[in-house]
Amino acid sequence: MMNSSVVITSEICFHCGEDCTEETVHFDDKAFCCLGCKSAYQILEESDLCGYYDLDANPGINLKNTKHRARFDYLEDEEVITRISDFHDTTRISLTLNIPNIHCTSCVWLLENLQKLDSGVLQSGVNFLKKELSLLIDTDKTSLRDVVEQLVTIGYEPEIRLEKLDSKTEKSHQNRSLWLKMGVAGFAFGNIMLFSFPDYLDTTGSGLGGNFHIFFGALNIILALPVLLYSSSDYLKSAFAALSQRGVNLDVPISIGIVALFSRSVYEIVTMTGTGYMDSFTGLIFFLLIGKLVQQKTFNRLSFDRDYRSYLPIAVNVLNENGEEYSVSLDKLQPDQQMQLRNHELVPCDSTLLSDEAFLDYSFITGESEPVTVRNGERVFAGGRLIGSTALMRTEEKVANSYLTKLWNHEAFQNNDKELKLTTFADKISPYFTVAVLGIAFFSGLYWLQTAGMEPALSVFTAVLIIACPCALALSTPFTLGSALNVLSLNGLFVKNHLLIENLSKATSIVFDKTGTLTESEAAEVGFFGDDLSSNEQIWVKSACKNSIHPLSRKVATYLQSSYLHQPKTYKEVPGKGILADVDGAIICLGSETFLSDQSGIKPEFIPESHFSGSTVHLSVNGVYKGFFGIKAGVRNGISDLLQSIKEKFSLYLLSGDNEAQRSEFSNYFGENGSLLFNQKPEEKLDFITQLQESGEQVIMVGDGLNDAGALKKSDFGIALADDVSSFAPACDAILEGSSLQKLHAFIDFSKASMKIIIASFVLSLLYNTIGLGFAITGNLSPLVAAILMPLSSISVMVFTFATTRFFARKGGLAIWK
Amino acid sequence: MEVIYMLIGFSLLVALIFLGLFFWAVRSGQFDDQHTPSMRVLFDSKKTSSKKESTNNQKHRDE
Repeated sequence: MMNSSVVITSEICFHCGEDCTEETVHFDDKAFCCLGCKSAYQILEESDLCGYYDLDANPGINLKNTKHRARFDYLEDEEVITRISDFHDTTRISLTLNIPNIHCTSCVWLLENLQKLDSGVLQSGVNFLKKELSLLIDTDKTSLRDVVEQLVTIGYEPEIRLEKLDSKTEKSHQNRSLWLKMGVAGFAFGNIMLFSFPDYLDTTGSGLGGNFHIFFGALNIILALPVLLYSSSDYLKSAFAALSQRGVNLDVPISIGIVALFSRSVYEIVTMTGTGYMDSFTGLIFFLLIGKLVQQKTFNRLSFDRDYRSYLPIAVNVLNENGEEYSVSLDKLQPDQQMQLRNHELVPCDSTLLSDEAFLDYSFITGESEPVTVRNGERVFAGGRLIGSTALMRTEEKVANSYLTKLWNHEAFQNNDKELKLTTFADKISPYFTVAVLGIAFFSGLYWLQTAGMEPALSVFTAVLIIACPCALALSTPFTLGSALNVLSLNGLFVKNHLLIENLSKATSIVFDKTGTLTESEAAEVGFFGDDLSSNEQIWVKSACKNSIHPLSRKVATYLQSSYLHQPKTYKEVPGKGILADVDGAIICLGSETFLSDQSGIKPEFIPESHFSGSTVHLSVNGVYKGFFGIKAGVRNGISDLLQSIKEKFSLYLLSGDNEAQRSEFSNYFGENGSLLFNQKPEEKLDFITQLQESGEQVIMVGDGLNDAGALKKSDFGIALADDVSSFAPACDAILEGSSLQKLHAFIDFSKASMKIIIASFVLSLLYNTIGLGFAITGNLSPLVAAILMPLSSISVMVFTFATTRFFARKGGLAIWK
Repeated sequence: MEVIYMLIGFSLLVALIFLGLFFWAVRSGQFDDQHTPSMRVLFDSKKTSSKKESTNNQKHRDE
């Protein structure tokens, strides 16, 4: 935008909206950045689906990087179809696919018009937030495989993971009953209020005349009955369950209030001594259910309890006896099969490498930042990600017996009691609260019994129970934390359960993982140390590097900015050592120190010692030593500021599965109090957390990989860092967007403020209770007072918590609106 | 004043119909996904080829 005159020609791909830098394909007077985008456009154009381009500008998904397409042979297997579909008979398949690429209105439109592309699709519906596509397919006209392949060509590749095999997509209906209960309560609340209104206006007590009194009373009871039996059933059941286990939760005083309200009202109406409190009763339930709805807010897209089955793909390509490739689902993968993996694919089970050499990125499993070189005949472990060219492997174990699966099912990692221990502040005080309320009710009843007799005593007794019903109290926690949860998610921290915010607020020490958490593998820092390279030399080195698939040479190649490439005349690569190439007559030698002295004849003493915390690649041109490339995993943005600001308040630890290469660099950040531990196995990480907890610390663990899974589960608040929150993350309490890690300090401060807000709203609601008790004890609790006081207290608590959480979030520098 | 009995009867009947509609709406899944329907509002149902508009769209973007 700033210097638009400089940009002369940069055509934008009509399909995906990216600049057409490498090649431009023209078709139909439109520019496309690659053939994939063009063919996607062609398909849509033929089916008259160009409305896709009207809703959003250039909505397509870039297809440049999908040179290899996953194979879907396994989707023809009847058993697989039955297991992944929701419903399946001879002619119909109904299933739900997860499509991560859904990102805009156009996507929804196109996917819901899928029947125009494939007439066998009978129904298609998108759930945007869940990024799901539900399909109903007529198998007489098309096959599931065809539909999925069609989706892939237009850029919407479904993500089908192993877990899909065993679990039918659970349609979440649990919220529906809550909506219904709320509807009933709201309906009764509104109507009863209408019927009670004449009574409130009738201040003289002359009565309404006729039999209206009986009529309205009867209607009120009829309307309130379903509220008691249906809408409030959760509270009554929960209170009953708590009492039968000799415990008291907040639902006990609430249920006492509910029962007292209802029976007192029925009594008054039947004996015609009053109008009852049916409006307060139904209103109370209505507000309580709103609180429950807020509490149940969940993050549709995210899943916090994942296991290895959602990490692995559903199928892998294997070769049959004739060397032909076909795909099988992982549960049918047997030992001693040959499988072919491509760049960035995961190894599903422990195998032996059949190709000469392969690079495997184990950072997710072990925390090592550099890919490991594996040679022919060596073992490859499940969970590694292949980097570089295609590799052939022979499977050794079944998926269920592999290292990854065993690690995942490790006993120590199954720590599920954390959530069961969570209690709200409200639950903690509710025994005292219940006793206090019953005591006040009993003594004031006793007082009235002695002074005025049975009738008023009973009425005061029930009035106290009614007005002390901790409705506002019950709302303060879900509303405060629900609001806090919203604020946190707006800022990139998605917490699994609102009660976990309390754990976050109590933290005393923070443990970080290194690889992928503090560092970012994509943002590798490359630098050249030595003589400046001329532009020709840069071209030569880059040309040589381009021929190698070694991760380090790839990083060097991206670091060097030259647009021309020359094909080397001769090229020799010693795997894991270095490259020797002849480019335009210049002999480029690139690699380790020993490789350089062997190949280019430079004596080892001429190669200066490199003091560099990271990997080094030495370079000589025409036998002259030039210097070395230093490559290290880049530290995430804002990390040093974050660590600076929190190292005073918390004890900081670094737990890394990687080697000590970056120790000195990180000890600067962590200060004197922090301790840095390297070469930690997953079990050791877990033990370390346990030790901290035993010494009385409340631990936050921030990690990203499977090697942190045990520690994440054990810690009081386990945060899994993910650059794409909907992608895979190990089981944890919260998922944090990688770019938001720098806000961690603000998050902790905000959670502390939220805890204070809960206390403050408790005080506020107790204030209402005290005022109400004043009316009740003196025997002046008229239905009108109750009908005003009870909703007022609930609403003011809602407003108070909403406003104060937003205020503190803003004060702490967090975003409060989208 | 007896007419009030009838009026209240009618008003309750109407309210019950709405409650029934609400039940139907919840049961048919209208409250399950509260985001995607808001996007469907933007879809045109017209069937004419929309090539012209889409080129305009592209031009607009280039500017």
